[in-house]
Amino acid sequence: MRLSALVARDVGIAMREGGALGTALGFYLLVVALLPLGLGPDLNLLSRIAPGILWIALLLAALLSLPRMFETDFEDGSLEILALGQEPLEAVCAAKAFAHWLTTGIPLALAAPVLGILLNLDIAAYGVLVATMLVGTPAVSFLGAIGAALTLRARRGGLLIALLVLPLYVPTLIYGIATISAALVAQSAFWPSFLILAAVSLGSLVLGPIAAAAAIRIQMQ
Amino acid sequence: MPPILRFARIPGFRPPFGLRSAQPLSIPLHLRALELAVDRGGRPVLDAVSFQVSRGEALLLTGPNGAGKTTLLRAIAGFLAPRAGSLALTDAAGAPLDVADHVHYVGHQNAIKGIMSVAENLDFWGGFLAPAGASDRAARLEAAMDRLALSSLADIPAAYLSAGQKRRLGLARLLVADRALWLLDEPTVSLDAASTAVVAGLVGEHLEAGGMVLAATHIPLGLAAARELRLAPRTAIRPDEVAL
Repeated sequence: MRLSALVARDVGIAMREGGALGTALGFYLLVVALLPLGLGPDLNLLSRIAPGILWIALLLAALLSLPRMFETDFEDGSLEILALGQEPLEAVCAAKAFAHWLTTGIPLALAAPVLGILLNLDIAAYGVLVATMLVGTPAVSFLGAIGAALTLRARRGGLLIALLVLPLYVPTLIYGIATISAALVAQSAFWPSFLILAAVSLGSLVLGPIAAAAAIRIQMQ
Repeated sequence: MPPILRFARIPGFRPPFGLRSAQPLSIPLHLRALELAVDRGGRPVLDAVSFQVSRGEALLLTGPNGAGKTTLLRAIAGFLAPRAGSLALTDAAGAPLDVADHVHYVGHQNAIKGIMSVAENLDFWGGFLAPAGASDRAARLEAAMDRLALSSLADIPAAYLSAGQKRRLGLARLLVADRALWLLDEPTVSLDAASTAVVAGLVGEHLEAGGMVLAATHIPLGLAAARELRLAPRTAIRPDEVAL
């Protein structure tokens, strides 16, 4: 219940500030809106590449808010006190990554179908798209926590986070898109890729907080 | 030791829920440092520091800027791993305790969120730091704000507080959860005379209740019985530094 208090605090702060989510959603919208302008109004081409574009733009939009995950707590000294609570630092990192998923991953995943209209996404793919994003975005937050923790003391660490974290998102991206493509071909082909996508997220739920906590201990020295 | 538990030797690592005992925490009796040496950024800051603090005792850390007062407090809190020497918090049976369970650390920063109100900030820390099942959370919050003259500011976003008010809010954390060992880094910075007296009173009461206090301070805090550990800036050069 201490961890739920921490999640509630982080979600509350994100709601009150609003800036991070607004930036991420705005960035997502703009990237997706720019692509048809650059590629021309070929509806067949757009609908074929729509799942990939929506996923890649989601990853980039989520990256924008990653630096904030630990930065403010580090700067105002809260992170040190969080490390002295009754909960292990790994659990604190997990709670903060979970709060990031609630405030960034879910809104971006829910915005994706709206943006799918801009890309002439196949109507049959909408449900699958949201399902893969809801299941895949925990990996974005929990693996992103590693990058956020590693770059805590780096000035202008945002770009560094992208270099560190984007390669880790490759499995999520591949299986997210593979699930959508497979589901469009045959309903039964949905599950194998989808379950691997879920497995990647589950693995990151475990590994992300452990690695992030180890990085934070080094940063606090 | 089975391989998986070797993690337990990493400084600062705390076993996850399942591996921690559910028994109530025992009360710390002594904090002992023996020949403690701590480096910062590869440079030795503390060398061969030894002291012992027992229940009801305070230790004032004094010394010029850069002498290592903050470094020592951070090493005790577990943020810095000592290069050499030992540091142990033990209970009456002599068993070592996890410092993180028993320590209040008030550093240079106040751990305040500007966007949350004074009461919300303090209530969060009360909930986070207090042991499970503590039922008097609301009463303690009230008492802590009252004691540090924050009651009239309870609903104001903490961003609008003055430096001294922020410091008081940071110190109020000491009262919302019981922790035996207080590590205070310049606790009276930016406080006025009246608030300084309140802090001195809090420290005195904590000692009477059997707590321990280590404070880096230039102000005596009105503690007649407090011992002083004078840290000198390190000037001697270790043999292995000469090569640099």
